[in-house]
Amino acid sequence: MTLARRGRRGVATVTRRGLIAGGAAAGAAALAAGCDNGGGPAPASASAASYGTPTVAFHGTRQAGVTTEPQAHGAFVAFTLNRDTDRAALGRMLRLLTDDAARLARGEPALGDTDAQLAVLPAGLTVTFGFGPGLYRSARLTSPVADLPGFSIDRLQDRWSGGDLLLQICAEDPLTVTHAQRMMIKDARPFGTVRWVQRGFRRSPGVQEKGFTQRNVLGQLDGTANPAGSVLENAVWAADGTSTLVVRRIRAEIEKWDQLSVGDKENAVGRRMVSGAPFTGTTEHDEPDFAAIDDSGLPVMPDYAHVTRAHVVDPGLKILRRPYNYDEAPDAQGRPDSGLIFASYQADIERQFLPIQRRLAEKDLLNEWITPIGSSVFAVPPGCAEGGWIGEQVLA
Amino acid sequence: MPVFVSAAVAGVMALTGCSASSATSSDATVADAASPVSSAAAALTVRDPWVKAVDSGMTAAFGTLVNNTGAEVTVVSATSPASPMELHTMVMKDGQMVMQPKEGGFVVPAGGTHELSPGGDHLMLMEPSAAIKPGDELSFTLQLASGDPVTFTAIAKPFAGAGESYDPSMTMPSATASAAS
Repeated sequence: MTLARRGRRGVATVTRRGLIAGGAAAGAAALAAGCDNGGGPAPASASAASYGTPTVAFHGTRQAGVTTEPQAHGAFVAFTLNRDTDRAALGRMLRLLTDDAARLARGEPALGDTDAQLAVLPAGLTVTFGFGPGLYRSARLTSPVADLPGFSIDRLQDRWSGGDLLLQICAEDPLTVTHAQRMMIKDARPFGTVRWVQRGFRRSPGVQEKGFTQRNVLGQLDGTANPAGSVLENAVWAADGTSTLVVRRIRAEIEKWDQLSVGDKENAVGRRMVSGAPFTGTTEHDEPDFAAIDDSGLPVMPDYAHVTRAHVVDPGLKILRRPYNYDEAPDAQGRPDSGLIFASYQADIERQFLPIQRRLAEKDLLNEWITPIGSSVFAVPPGCAEGGWIGEQVLA
Repeated sequence: MPVFVSAAVAGVMALTGCSASSATSSDATVADAASPVSSAAAALTVRDPWVKAVDSGMTAAFGTLVNNTGAEVTVVSATSPASPMELHTMVMKDGQMVMQPKEGGFVVPAGGTHELSPGGDHLMLMEPSAAIKPGDELSFTLQLASGDPVTFTAIAKPFAGAGESYDPSMTMPSATASAAS
């Protein structure tokens, strides 16, 4: 793979991949520019601590952890607010949680942190806050997001669905994530209960060459068609610095998937397994040609394939997928419990996410081997400045 | 979040902002701990303050006292609208850690710091007039030996750990017992 692949998220974006190979201009720019929350952690040198010490700015007009290059470890922590958590209590809770997130993201212990040593290596930590419809109800406000309608493919379980408050905690290191999760759950305790926690992983930093798309537990390259550059800007962010987040737990029916030939697996998605190239192309980032016809007069890109069904014509309506793999303990027969914590950011769920999900629910061969077992939606409030708190624009 | 608040020259200021460059006085910028400061305004600052939330009964406030001058600074007393205050320390008596008022106040060395933390020196809220809820922001004023007041705001945290249950008759629990709480 060549340096050109780095451009996927826009030339100006600092990515950790841009530094692994010591890539010329981008690497130098990264060292000079430090870290903003639109890029990723920027190691100063390829030493042992090069992924442990970098930080991603917490404060800003937009929250970090959205367009930030996805870190290797993620925890999605959803809370159910107590009945007596009113608007004033929400303000108290969010002041506490904002303060924790800001300190931990700087590599400093939180106030009253009983494990200060675990805060010292921030490893590019981001904490992103999401507000579910229930949070707005508690505040007696109208929610800007609504739960998704049901889809025929759904087998949703309450234990993986819904949530009034979400914390998306991501870092290059799982111990950092664990500590941040623990600290913030402690401070949220007076205001609500933990509804669910979905922990997931991606490739560790330094494992892949820069520019490589990650694979999911089904072995597929996952994320090729994500928006980048100027397209990303409008697809993800509303003018007021807000976004929305959909989190769906997608179980992989791996035992069934294992029985397929490579050709059958490729047919389900419309891409070659090894390269990720669409059937009409030769390399991963070739744009699929949905009009191409083969010798028998059939479309080369099968109309039932995942890529075909998920394809978005207008780039401004694309969604930013930022998923994490999960792999819990197998059962006694060794059957896996694994899949994808699907997370997508988009400016507008109805305009951008719903049409795609409807098309996939109607027809997508991949549905044979994946099952949505959890679903939730969150509004992503604007960022805050130092001294402020997440949600102040909504709740203050 | 109040993280680093300057002293006021005179009078009690209930500061709710957290900017280090407070607008309350001409000398309100926080000085580098190593350089002498001529004005008493920034002689002592309080870094990372917080209070332990409590429904009723006593509780404590913590933080780091930072001496920005070239001479020793002593905190002799504290006040707060939230509660009568005392300066407390933990001492070993008959093999156990007990809490008692700090004789001579908190002495902060020149250009140095003094920690107020669970299990150590702290500001005692002897009788809070109302529940201190997690996330509440409380105002405190420290009186220095020089007569100058230092005011800061601290957020209340639902802290559990380091054995701080505050009761004058209570001795310090063992480290292992407190870690489990």
